[in-house]
Amino acid sequence: MAVLVVADHDNTHLRDNTHKTVTAALALSPDVDVLVTGQGVAGVAAEAAKIKGVRKVLTAESEALGKHIAEAVSGAVVPLMAGYDAVLAPATSDGKNFAPRVAALLDVAPISEILEVVDPETFVRPIYAGNALETVRSSDAKKVITVRATAFKATEEGGSAPVEAVDPGPGAPRTRFVSDEIVKSDRPELAAAKIVVSGGRAMGSAEEFHRVIEPLADKLGAAVGASRAAVDAGYAPNDYQVGQTGKVVAPQLYIAIGISGAIQHLAGMKDSKVIVAINKDGDAPIFQVADYGLVADYKTAVPELMTALAAAGK
Amino acid sequence: MKVLVPVKRVIDYNVKARVKSDQTGVDLANVKMSMNPFCEIAVEEAVRLHEKGAASEVVVISIGPIQAQETIRTALAMGAERGLLIQTDADPEPLEVAKLLAAVAKAEEPGLILMGKQAIDGDNNAVGQMLSALLGWPQATFASKVELADKTVRVTREVDGGLQTLELDLPAVVTADLRLNEPRYASLPNIMKAKRKTIDIKTPDDFGCLAEGHLKVVKVTEPAKRVAGVKVENAAELVTKLKTEAGVI
Ligand SMILES: Cc1cc2nc3c(=O)[nH]c(=O)nc-3n(C[C@H](O)[C@H](O)[C@H](O)COP(=O)(O)OP(=O)(O)OC[C@H]3O[C@@H](n4cnc5c(N)ncnc54)[C@H](O)[C@@H]3O)c2cc1C
Ligand SMILES: Nc1ncnc2c1ncn2[C@@H]1O[C@H](COP(=O)(O)O)[C@@H](O)[C@H]1O
Repeated sequence: MAVLVVADHDNTHLRDNTHKTVTAALALSPDVDVLVTGQGVAGVAAEAAKIKGVRKVLTAESEALGKHIAEAVSGAVVPLMAGYDAVLAPATSDGKNFAPRVAALLDVAPISEILEVVDPETFVRPIYAGNALETVRSSDAKKVITVRATAFKATEEGGSAPVEAVDPGPGAPRTRFVSDEIVKSDRPELAAAKIVVSGGRAMGSAEEFHRVIEPLADKLGAAVGASRAAVDAGYAPNDYQVGQTGKVVAPQLYIAIGISGAIQHLAGMKDSKVIVAINKDGDAPIFQVADYGLVADYKTAVPELMTALAAAGK
Repeated sequence: MKVLVPVKRVIDYNVKARVKSDQTGVDLANVKMSMNPFCEIAVEEAVRLHEKGAASEVVVISIGPIQAQETIRTALAMGAERGLLIQTDADPEPLEVAKLLAAVAKAEEPGLILMGKQAIDGDNNAVGQMLSALLGWPQATFASKVELADKTVRVTREVDGGLQTLELDLPAVVTADLRLNEPRYASLPNIMKAKRKTIDIKTPDDFGCLAEGHLKVVKVTEPAKRVAGVKVENAAELVTKLKTEAGVI
């Protein structure tokens, strides 16, 4: 049995999600190859070649692949599947975008966002916003799986797999890339950060969100997250949304400020190691999952927290 | 141009799912069911396209139990023209749903299929992508903006790093994200009007699609519960606890 992992990257750097997906893949089989689809990805491929246990790295390059167009990615992956029994990708927006296509084209059932590999046929995945865990057994000859990266440790580096180019496939002749608006930030990436500071509707405006949440995040070297309400209201960009239908995070420390703790928000952060909630309503559901709760108005609590952190040498 | 909108009847988003004690699934007896919120957003978008004159007809389809008629009726009250129920009591997998929808699309020949990005029960986030692949039509998932032209549709997508805009040739499949629009509440007159709109009822057999059962649910369990911790008095105590007790800063 051989397994293909489709790498997560931005054409320049490999993301750590790939190392975590390799860990899931190694639970299926010792024969794991990594496919890097993109454009100008020699550097990414070299990084992937360093992941321990990877047998070889394949690269498929085209303009459409460089833009992560789903039709192009599935078009590159499907022909390769003649040589593999499973394909895994991290459950990022890209992974979710192409993996179900691969499944449909192979006539198999996709298995979304697995948390655990029970055996090469059986997987655990969250359903109902993580309020239930489903163990499913697939009878398909080939498995198509997306992986919730936060549920797996990253495989270490130290390998040196060979890199080889493969056919990029037919591209996406009926889908054209128009533009990107990528949020640039010097902060750590939300999904991979050790500390996340999130703000909710209580912020009341984008200015307040910047003024309150960002300095605290910077003091802690944290990534910034937000509730859906904060994103909907335009206080924070869409890719900050944490939750059932946003990003799933599991940092060492998650600080929720002015967030009530709706089911859908909890789904994205309740596997954090330590949760802190600052909310002026002592009955807010967020306190039911918080290790440390501070019932207070953020307007006084956050400045005090900044001072206390400074006093503690932060 | 006809717009086809697949909608799913699911547990209401305000209800917390409870796992059955025999671990066979989630208890849905006497639980409030509603239209999947992302499907509601898709219906709203389709109805707006119709109101603007960009779409000629909005057809809603649901695959599910007889009660899914109510879900279709909700969409009709929002402004869709007619409905189709493919009735089945089996809970079909995304692959079967996609195959049925592909069969319907071939019969209905819409210019655009607008649907939810994810059903909040199974959280698969798969059917739209699979449907696009089966039909060989272009896809744009996680839409936060849809601009329909004669032969193309321009879609802004919410992706991990921000936004991406694509232009697709029609016919195409687009899946809705949260910020595409805010669905309306149906007015009473429109609810009354919806009662007279047609809902055709068919079965999977009518489309030659058989339940295949690629996935078997071994069990459904409850996740480990987090227990509430302590309340701290002030920020200074919080920092001390994070430093010495939790060791995370
Ligand atoms: C299909 C669907 C998907 C969804 N997906 C997501 C998702 O992925 N992520 C997500 O987050 N949500 C999601 N939601 C929305 C979710 O249901 C909630 O509406 C949302 O999380 C609420 O955001 P909030 O906690 O910021 O706002 P609110 O619920 O309004 O809470 C604001 C909190 O701030 C507190 N507060 C107010 N003022 C102050 C102050 N001065 N100081 C301190 N505290 C204060 C209040 O006590 C309150 O608890 C989804 C909903 C649906 C229907
Ligand atoms: N049983 C169903 N009937 C009609 N549409 C469905 C059904 N299941 C899923 N869909 C559509 O597919 C979307 C994504 O669902 P899923 O891939 O199951 O998360 C939903 O928002 C619906 O638009």
